[in-house]
Amino acid sequence: MSAPSVAVIVFPGSNCDRDIAVTLEAALGHAPQMVWHGDSSLPKVDLIAVPGGFSYGDYLRSGAMAANSPIMREVVAQAGRGVPVLGICNGFQVLTECGLLPGVLMRNASLKFICRDVDLRVERSDTVFTSGYGAGDVIRVPVAHHDGNYFTDPDTLKSLEDNGRVAFRYCAPDGAITDAANPNGSLANIAGILNETGNVLGMMPHPERLADPLLGGTDGAPMFTALAEAIAA
Amino acid sequence: MKARVHITLKNGVLDPQGKAIHNSLEGLGFDGVEGVRQGKFIELELADGDAEAAKARVAEMCEKLLANTVIENYTVEIET
Repeated sequence: MSAPSVAVIVFPGSNCDRDIAVTLEAALGHAPQMVWHGDSSLPKVDLIAVPGGFSYGDYLRSGAMAANSPIMREVVAQAGRGVPVLGICNGFQVLTECGLLPGVLMRNASLKFICRDVDLRVERSDTVFTSGYGAGDVIRVPVAHHDGNYFTDPDTLKSLEDNGRVAFRYCAPDGAITDAANPNGSLANIAGILNETGNVLGMMPHPERLADPLLGGTDGAPMFTALAEAIAA
Repeated sequence: MKARVHITLKNGVLDPQGKAIHNSLEGLGFDGVEGVRQGKFIELELADGDAEAAKARVAEMCEKLLANTVIENYTVEIET
């Protein structure tokens, strides 16, 4: 069979597109395709990554403009057919704005841009994104955002919790879910969520930024090696 | 014809920016302010036509792009 193909969507203002491309290339053994936001068609791919950055300068609301760009209609269509879609940071904001994931990422409760490493508890290890971890594992990866404060209505939150759709939570180094470990005010310390069918993951932290020893850590790498294995299978 | 759109946070949605504005007002000595909620104001210049139809069209714009109805309410006024 042919090698799995991966697309990285690039918007004006994306700035983690190269980071995730390099990380995916290391895991896959070949480079992903970079797909420009104005394209209205997407080749058949096995994985779509929506990278971090400040698409369209965060005008109106973070991710709002990008969510309405031509390429996102294709991303939504492919997600509906079960293609895994990974949105990181601004990518998560775009996925909520386009309706692939519920809720919204509001301004951080502190009103400050936060750029530092955080501890995350892996809540699910039985997804295509997290099978390289164990449930309950604590991993350390960076956050870098101004709008990462996850909010949704109580019914949606209950449904996320009841259906195990929280993939990652901000935690203390021992895995405890505490207010002190919550960097941005997110409901229930939510750092990443899945869609109903488990093939779309949005998360604010950046696993692609700590996936190489040269960068000071590799806790993010298992996500990409697991994804590469899953789509090659 | 103009459309004026006010976008406000829904009740119950925390508004840390509003809170910061409130604190600053108090710091400036403006007492008696019991709460501050901030939002957005968007003015659209529209081709002349039926005001009711325009209002419905702008509401559709709000639903699709201008507001995020998970956390925001909007009102539309048309000035002919």
